[in-house]
Amino acid sequence: MTPRLIVRTALLAAAAATLAACASSKPPPPAPTPYTPPPAPAPAPPPYTPPPPVASGPTGPIPGSTQDFVINAGDRVYFDFDQFTLRDDAKGVLDRQAQWLQRYPQVMIRIEGNADERGTREYNLALGARRAESVRAYLASRGIAGGRISTISYGKERPIDAGTGEDAWARNRNAHTALTSGAR
Amino acid sequence: MRLRRLLAAMFALVMVASLASAPARAQVEVDVNKGVVTPLPIAVPGFSGTETRSAGIGADIAKVVSADLERSGFFRPLDPNGFIERNLDVAVQPRFQDWRVVNAQALVNGAAAIGADGRLQVDFRVWDVFNEKQILGLQFVSTPENWRRVAHKISDAVYKQLTGEDGYFDTRIVFVAESGPKTNRIKQLEIMDQDGANPSYLTPTTYQAMTPRFSATDQEITYMALRADSARIYLFNIETARQETLGQFSGIVFAPRFSPDGGKVAFSVERNGNTDIYVMDLKTRASTRITSDPAIDTSPSFSPDGTKLAFNSDRGGGPQLYVMNVDGSGVHRISYAAGRYTTPVWSPKGDFIAFTKQTGGEFHIGVMRPDGSDERILTTSYLDEGPTWAPNGRVLMFSRETRGGGSRLWSVDISGRNLRAAPYAGAASDPAWSPLLK
Repeated sequence: MTPRLIVRTALLAAAAATLAACASSKPPPPAPTPYTPPPAPAPAPPPYTPPPPVASGPTGPIPGSTQDFVINAGDRVYFDFDQFTLRDDAKGVLDRQAQWLQRYPQVMIRIEGNADERGTREYNLALGARRAESVRAYLASRGIAGGRISTISYGKERPIDAGTGEDAWARNRNAHTALTSGAR
Repeated sequence: MRLRRLLAAMFALVMVASLASAPARAQVEVDVNKGVVTPLPIAVPGFSGTETRSAGIGADIAKVVSADLERSGFFRPLDPNGFIERNLDVAVQPRFQDWRVVNAQALVNGAAAIGADGRLQVDFRVWDVFNEKQILGLQFVSTPENWRRVAHKISDAVYKQLTGEDGYFDTRIVFVAESGPKTNRIKQLEIMDQDGANPSYLTPTTYQAMTPRFSATDQEITYMALRADSARIYLFNIETARQETLGQFSGIVFAPRFSPDGGKVAFSVERNGNTDIYVMDLKTRASTRITSDPAIDTSPSFSPDGTKLAFNSDRGGGPQLYVMNVDGSGVHRISYAAGRYTTPVWSPKGDFIAFTKQTGGEFHIGVMRPDGSDERILTTSYLDEGPTWAPNGRVLMFSRETRGGGSRLWSVDISGRNLRAAPYAGAASDPAWSPLLK
């Protein structure tokens, strides 16, 4: 048994178009942050004595800290599959983020757009970018200056939930607001 | 860097005089386009050598050639332990009866020698066992350290002689080697020969590297680097390990791919949440925006003649495949069946565009003609994505991730057959196939 020979021929011709130049834009300069002097060095610790009884009073995150932001405002909003429009629950979180950021005007943020794994790599990078922009535009509409905000997309590369299934995917479809400077 | 290996190796092809007799039946061949193919039984005994070193190289060459041919899915190399005729002399006819007894239809034998000048010379012949004639005879000359490339060039020659298709064995794969937890994944570029030999990391672990692509010259790669605060494209020279950022943009930059002549890079740029396709001329470093609409436009791929781009856009609602001229005119959609289409990659032969398709919760690798007709689905799984073409336009390599498991490299023939794991044991993704090495 000897099969027939099939010959493929390649039909290729090289042609290249030449393209004109186009300018790119520079990012806006960051807003100036107010000067805060560095803290004084801590004194040497005193010799150990048993602690006094605990006084009652609020304990919790330091105001203006990242932990304060995460607990009292919320640093993440979530999206439906293939969507980048803000749900009502997202807007609630972002309203609190905007209030918090107005209280601490020296804080700079980076909005990170994320996607679940049920998509391909490059399309998900673009989708994450849309989500970050949705959050940025909303915060801007709530008075947060554009110079305080940078955006990026991580696509599906940095999930917060390593699981599979709709619960994990729903958690991974998010935009995260990271405090990049100015937080206590 | 294995510079010595990458320097231009001296390959001399010399047609060796044929020791022939008149054919009694049609010559042995493999029809790669038949629906069902029985792999051709082929014998590749160890190549002979006059002393220890050349005999060792001869044995290794035969093993690499056998593995290449077997991996193609069209050949079934026979077990050398069953061979009757031993110590073949490449200059005389084989005892064909001995090879018919082991059911070989084709025989590849050869001889390796290291000359007084230190160069490696390998002669080999391909024999049609039933017709008792030589159908190919060639000689390669190189350095002994380059014996693997000599073996792959022999595989390419044998494959082409018996199938009529160009080979793809003297090639490399660049890909993303993955490690660590899914929530903090380490992604580095790694390069290897297409049979898995000579693996070598190219980038550090301090940032995530992804979607590498070869240029037509095979010594340059472009890829996307993701850090906490930036996403940019690099041009990376494999020989020197030097790299440079491609352009200056305020948004994220990703999805780079070279033009077939290596003179341009097409890529995506995001501005204010919107992603469009740009093309940069590498001589002038001037970029031109090619798409200009509020949809996602990404994953550009040049046609082999350099005049068109296939790309992925959701301007019609969900992600679909489009084709346009390189200047951005003539945009038309080519994908029409239900589903989400992404990652278009134009075949180096120009006759197909490969893609990833999602339907009903599953992922598929598929191909279609550049006008969108003749769509064929080749694979199905929880997550297949990102096909890359071997330079002969027949074989596709891609990433496959199992549910809850890691990603691995797999390959499949354009007919849908010969689906198999690529010869890399670790977690990996984003493979890119080099052109045939020079």
